[in-house]
Amino acid sequence: MSTLFLAQAQQEASRAEVLADDPWWLVLLKVVVLFAFGVVMTLFMINWERKVVARMQHRVGPNRVGPGGWLQSLADGLKLAFVEEIIPDGADRKVYWLAPVISSTTAFVGFAVLPFGPKVTIFGEETYLQLVDLPVGVLVVLACSAVGVYGIVLGGWASGSPYPLLGALRSAAQVISYEIAMGLSLVAVILYAQSLSTGDIVDAQQNGWFALLLFPSFVIFVIAMVGETNRAPFDLPEAESELVGGFHTEYSSLKFALFFLAEYVNMVVLSGFAATLFLGGYMAPWPISAIGDGYFNTGWWPVLWFLVKMLAFLFFYIWLRGTLPRFRYDQFMRLGWKVLVPVSLAWVVLIAGVRALRTDGNVGSTEIVIFGGAAVLLIVLLTLLIPERKVEVTDRIPLAGSGFPVPPADLEVPEKTPRQLALEKAERKRKRLAKAGAASTTSSSASADKEGSDDGDA
Amino acid sequence: MSSMVLAQAAGEVSTGEAVTFWILGPAALAGGLGMIFSRSAVHSALWLVLSMLSLGVLYMVQSAPFLGFTQIIVYTGAVMMLFLFALMMAGRENADSVVEVLRGQRVLAALFGIGFAGLLVAGVTRALTNVTPAPQLDPNSPTGGGAGGLGRLIFTDYLFGFELTAILLIVAALAGIVLATRDRRNEGAKKTQKELVEARFRGEYKRKTPFPGPGVFATSNSVATPALLPDGRVAPESLSDLIESTTAAQLIAKHERLAVAAEDAKRAEQAKALVSGSSGREGSPGEEEAK
Repeated sequence: MSTLFLAQAQQEASRAEVLADDPWWLVLLKVVVLFAFGVVMTLFMINWERKVVARMQHRVGPNRVGPGGWLQSLADGLKLAFVEEIIPDGADRKVYWLAPVISSTTAFVGFAVLPFGPKVTIFGEETYLQLVDLPVGVLVVLACSAVGVYGIVLGGWASGSPYPLLGALRSAAQVISYEIAMGLSLVAVILYAQSLSTGDIVDAQQNGWFALLLFPSFVIFVIAMVGETNRAPFDLPEAESELVGGFHTEYSSLKFALFFLAEYVNMVVLSGFAATLFLGGYMAPWPISAIGDGYFNTGWWPVLWFLVKMLAFLFFYIWLRGTLPRFRYDQFMRLGWKVLVPVSLAWVVLIAGVRALRTDGNVGSTEIVIFGGAAVLLIVLLTLLIPERKVEVTDRIPLAGSGFPVPPADLEVPEKTPRQLALEKAERKRKRLAKAGAASTTSSSASADKEGSDDGDA
Repeated sequence: MSSMVLAQAAGEVSTGEAVTFWILGPAALAGGLGMIFSRSAVHSALWLVLSMLSLGVLYMVQSAPFLGFTQIIVYTGAVMMLFLFALMMAGRENADSVVEVLRGQRVLAALFGIGFAGLLVAGVTRALTNVTPAPQLDPNSPTGGGAGGLGRLIFTDYLFGFELTAILLIVAALAGIVLATRDRRNEGAKKTQKELVEARFRGEYKRKTPFPGPGVFATSNSVATPALLPDGRVAPESLSDLIESTTAAQLIAKHERLAVAAEDAKRAEQAKALVSGSSGREGSPGEEEAK
């Protein structure tokens, strides 16, 4: 496979070389389009999120501004630009200014390495729909999210207020933990694609998506992706029920808008990244890719598939937010360090082992499946030998050190209350009296009448 | 492309590389100086970040993109973030104190620093003069200067050094955990909730119960609002020492005023009773209180 690629590279110019030969106006055009795409997607996402979450909660959602309410976010954005800016007294002004700038610029840089489509012709110039193809494209996205967190952390610190500081601390810990899980989930993809370049990873998925081949990696990546973008259920840095607004509590006006923009652009970039790594990037999904000998994989069509896959991930983000409650902080950390990291490490070892066996050991797939299955069965059987943990049975009741009386453990609760018993007794007595009265009706009827008339008078 | 490679192999520097160097070199230097001279610890950390980013981009310009991005992800993204985390835990107002703890420390540190810098510059200069530059590796090929070539070198030629470094780091991490974790059975360990309750009832603390919470009025749910005792006085335990409570001051003043008024009314009543036996009860204490 790799020799085939090398041969191709020698025949025609590689992706990186074609992109390096772009004239300056084409590069500028791509940059402007990517920037506009990020902003428009943010405006669209805010509306879409509000509408979808509203539908999930049996509400209507924004429906006033523009056709179907789709211009609501634009109106909100314009308003934010003209809102008075309030900078807290205790703020560290320079860092306070720097934080949203770092956040939003790094968010946009990630777009540069995402391949939107294959070779096309723009104004007579042959090029790929990608700004730049670096040999380490995957790392660019990781680096952007790593540096982007500085915006959140510094913003929280520079506000000079306790809640933002707590949000910043959470964010720092969160990103360090989840970046490890994310990096490990990428290792399997890089092993199979044998390249760190995003374009090569898309090419390597021609025969099958990595989401199916490397399913555990896919799951871990998606979880880590949500953790990296600070979205529900992992939105601890801005947990509004605990920290007011988290790191951006003290931000207003355009700086707040920049944080908002950064969050949504990050979501879009990581969704596109996930589609590139695991869902075959811009290539058409299977039944469509077979039509017309791959016609739908040429020209401008792939942009459509890429956008569809990206929007699927974005919808998943919204769906999560509409469904799951926020994690508690310790649960979140436990998930990251005790579940995601060990599972991805074990998975990487497994993948590397299988690959080594297949390439160096000349072991076929069937043998791997048979011996692997036998090993799993053996492990399952061995676990049966582990003795069960004994549950301690104690009758002791903890008294917490006080002499306060507590009911005995074998206390029997009576089925009927004393009042119920008394009432039943009275009822029985009344019935007995009535029976006795019926026996002597004739003798005492006159006096009973007299009593009744007395009652009526009263 | 190939001409550029040849030019670099001959030890020449392309214009783009020179321009980048003269922009990023001063930036890195400024970062280093800013780190040393800024008063706030967080500002120092930020200057260091600038230095590291400049270095990362310099690596990329010299056809080592993998190294450059790893520098940014690992050092800027993880190590410096941990640093910032620790600094923020320490609190916001952590400017350096100007007082010298060890006498003569600064002078000695400056002397040794200058000496070390001199040695380093001399050593590097000697090592780098009259050197034939190594042929450039192609970062795009898997065996070149990218992850593939680096991985091959690490796991073949330099395996021993790599493993030793790994062991050292793991031992250091373990030692850090051991030092930082307080043993549950030790004296200084943090008590669990249950142990705390038992200790309270054994009389190891002044109060058996926790402090009363703040009072919640219809007008306020602030921590500064005190709880009231049955007779209307402010419960002193419900107030924090740290928070200045205007509400409490007002309540205390009001209570004192009422007490004085009640005292006055009582005295007036006694005087009246003395003067006119059992004449009447016009000056009731309720009227005074209403004021």
